Amino acid sequence: MSFVAEFERVPLAALVERARHADTAAVRRSLGQSSLSLVDFAQLISSAAAEQLEMLCRRSAALTRQRFGRVIRFFAPLYLSNECINNCRYCGFSRDNAIRRVTLSVEEVIREAQALRQQGFRNLLLVAGEHPKFVSNDYLATCIRALHPDWPSLSLEVAPMETAEYRPLVAAGAEGLVVYQETYDPEVYAAMHTAGPKRNFAWRLESPERAYAAGFRRLGISPLYGLADWQAEAISVAAHAQYLLRHCWKAQLTVSTVRLRPCAGEFPPPRPMSDRELVQLVCALRIFLPDVGLVLSTRETPKLRDGLIPLGITLISAGSHTEPGGYTGAGAANTHLTRSGRIIEASRHGATTPAEGTDATGQFVIADDRSPADVSEVVRRLGFEPVWKDWDTALAG
Amino acid sequence: MALASAKGERGNAPFAPASTPAGPRSIVPRVSWVNQPLVIAGREFRSRLILGTGKFSSPEAMRDAIAASGAEMVTVALRRADLSGRHDPFANILEFIDPEKYLLLPNTSGAMNAAEAVRLARLAAAAGLPKWVKLEIHPDPRYLLPDPVETFAAAETLVREGFTVLPYINADPVLAKRLQEVGVATVMPLGAPIGSNRGVQTRDQIRIIIEQATVPVVVDAGLGAPSHAAEAMELGADAVLVNTAIAVASDPNRMAVAFKMAVEAGRAAFETGLATQLDTASATSPLTAFLNSPLAHD
Repeated sequence: MSFVAEFERVPLAALVERARHADTAAVRRSLGQSSLSLVDFAQLISSAAAEQLEMLCRRSAALTRQRFGRVIRFFAPLYLSNECINNCRYCGFSRDNAIRRVTLSVEEVIREAQALRQQGFRNLLLVAGEHPKFVSNDYLATCIRALHPDWPSLSLEVAPMETAEYRPLVAAGAEGLVVYQETYDPEVYAAMHTAGPKRNFAWRLESPERAYAAGFRRLGISPLYGLADWQAEAISVAAHAQYLLRHCWKAQLTVSTVRLRPCAGEFPPPRPMSDRELVQLVCALRIFLPDVGLVLSTRETPKLRDGLIPLGITLISAGSHTEPGGYTGAGAANTHLTRSGRIIEASRHGATTPAEGTDATGQFVIADDRSPADVSEVVRRLGFEPVWKDWDTALAG
Repeated sequence: MALASAKGERGNAPFAPASTPAGPRSIVPRVSWVNQPLVIAGREFRSRLILGTGKFSSPEAMRDAIAASGAEMVTVALRRADLSGRHDPFANILEFIDPEKYLLLPNTSGAMNAAEAVRLARLAAAAGLPKWVKLEIHPDPRYLLPDPVETFAAAETLVREGFTVLPYINADPVLAKRLQEVGVATVMPLGAPIGSNRGVQTRDQIRIIIEQATVPVVVDAGLGAPSHAAEAMELGADAVLVNTAIAVASDPNRMAVAFKMAVEAGRAAFETGLATQLDTASATSPLTAFLNSPLAHD
């Protein structure tokens, strides 16, 4: 049975009710369990638990140290393309947004990757919008093959595929796949995804299982907090993680803690999540899922990131750019203004490439623009070893 | 009582500080006992504590804790190391381990099957690391429990290729015997899942493995306290491997010393022979003592 079927059987309304109305005694009971149920998790994200945030943080920090040690792993996103055929109301790359778009050539991708390598990164996440013409499976496989010799760890965050389509990407050297469900609420999902293949909620929800069947060994999931009620989203992703741990038992699972950030299209989060709630979520996820990697991106401010790192986070990005070519200016000469698939203003072929940077539009605005070196220094100061390489190409297929 | 200590005086323990406080010379001999050395594949080790190198707050902290522990063998996850020969400054864990002082035992952690483990071991050997390998194949990333089928297959290949193979296994006596027949240098049964700090949960199985062993038995994983290490040594384990308990301690150096002492104490107790446990009390002044003394009417 896929998670789609199991998800329908999760008593979500009752669990959300628990999250809203649990009392202090219930929270303490849940905190005392050595193995937690979804009910316990719901109680840990309740407002009663919020009043005991300090206790949650201590438990979460201790568990993380025991399971993961005093280390923080680093990764970098590399955006290949911001072309997209979907309309997602919250996303800067939506096809109806008039933005400067580009798809990097393989040479440009290598150039970007080399810049990241010099900064220390050995773990790369390749990100692309959904566009079968520009971001074809062959293109992705070619990029992966080109990067594989130099990159111990390569993951993808691209449009969902069939198992058979994933396989050549694994064979090319990719070992991780990240698919954010965006929202686990089917109604909100329908309202947010107004056009394009992404409208298929169930197809997306089953992507991690198909990726696992194809041989990916690291799977990443998350909602995008801010689209729907955060407690319902958290319970859903917890149930999803629990399912994947049972069924995709050889995969290393990561769960992200991404909140909606400002982007082109100026979409305000319909259900904003507070900083305090985010901290509570990180702790509750850690206590519920002691061995699952928790990911923190540069969407959050330095202050919040530095505070969250010792509490339960195990994998962070730093110095990220969310526009293709953002690290080196690669592809800057080929950006074109596109809306609804139509080029409004052509690329400036032959024009001088900007000395640095690109005018391609980013997916969202990052809130922590410190360099990877600066962030790694902070990590060290907090008492952790920044780990750049934690995988080896010899381990990939 | 050679082990009795008069506090603060030099010579009561092998790790006493070198500087002696002024005062009368101790009447306690400077360590009248020395534990037998550990021999693995013909190589002799004085320390029976092997250290893992993961989870430390910095490579410097790792280096210092290894030194404090007195270990002579340390294991490093190959996936953390740079095997390309490029001296990658962002993957330089090996540079913090002096190969003159320690036997560097590469481990295949991260490998999900025999093929991956064998590939990693070959790469490590090609990169100039010792041809020793701690064979770890745990496809389940949560409990990191070793896969017996893949471990056995990889051990066969690596032994054939001339590697000194130290396989990490569940505490399964039959698997341990099968691996010994293949020619592994040790068996390394787990006490409890890696990083769980739960101690020697597999005590009864480990006892059988030790009883039947023709190679050294190293209890690996799950030892969260020095008393756990001492317990494993008292059982007759030839060595223990510790990582998490030392790496995440608030003072790793001090915890490393605590484990060192526990391992030595446990081994000394084993070599001396522990008293048999009884269900009933056994008086230190037995009721039959009078029979051993000259009786009144003799």
